[in-house]
Amino acid sequence: MPINYYIFLSVALFCIGVAGVLTRRNAIIIFMCVELMLNAVNLLLVAFSKMHHVALYKINPEAGINGQIFVFFIMVVAAAEVSVGLAIIVMMYRNTHSVDVNFLNRLKH
Amino acid sequence: MSPTQILFWSLSVLALFSAIMMVASKNPIHSVLWLIAVFFSISGHYILLNAQFLAIVNLIVYAGAIMVLFLFVIMLMNLNADTEPQKNKWLKIAGVIAGGALLLVFVAALKNADLKNQIAQVNGGNIGLISNLGLSLFHDYVIPFEISSILFLSAMVGAVVIGKRE
Repeated sequence: MPINYYIFLSVALFCIGVAGVLTRRNAIIIFMCVELMLNAVNLLLVAFSKMHHVALYKINPEAGINGQIFVFFIMVVAAAEVSVGLAIIVMMYRNTHSVDVNFLNRLKH
Repeated sequence: MSPTQILFWSLSVLALFSAIMMVASKNPIHSVLWLIAVFFSISGHYILLNAQFLAIVNLIVYAGAIMVLFLFVIMLMNLNADTEPQKNKWLKIAGVIAGGALLLVFVAALKNADLKNQIAQVNGGNIGLISNLGLSLFHDYVIPFEISSILFLSAMVGAVVIGKRE
């Protein structure tokens, strides 16, 4: 598969995530759009790792494996981020009884 | 059209459609379900690229654990009704235009990139198998692996401390 197709698919998914972050007001949906952007980047990393592998596997039979390890670490960081972020959202809901980000534009109260 | 191409295009269409429906649906529960569909189609792409370990980890971690966490939080807050206030339509249009402009910039910048002869190997190659990936992970990346376990421990402690009732 040409690498262009993967690049444009990932760019489209990333931009849908950006548009979701800009349009939605619910904090949980915004968080899910951030997850969508992370997944678009992961898909592009895996596609580039396979591109690197097919270009260089005669010299180094493990060429391109670093990209897939990197995707694994991105998933680890995303899981940690989700646990802390959802705890923050639950705390915020407990204090303000809303998850609308428009109510949260001030740090007092 | 070979079966690989048919699979690629159908998975891409499914991913894009599910992502758009995830952003556009009013009910947060429906958004979570559409996002799970996106994760399944991205896992299909990983299998197509023969990255089997990442496909399974993506399903278990994202679609299995993280999305269940989202569902728990949404149901805990009783947000399954349409509680989002629908006001200020111009802000939404401005957001969509901003996202489309970003897409336009990316496409214009990448359209003439010199990648015509570069292909991503589908349906072959063995770097994504768990034996090779595990060997590399525990030989060259032992220190980042251990540091990520410390990161998980601190995230767990942080979630408990933040979520604790005063």
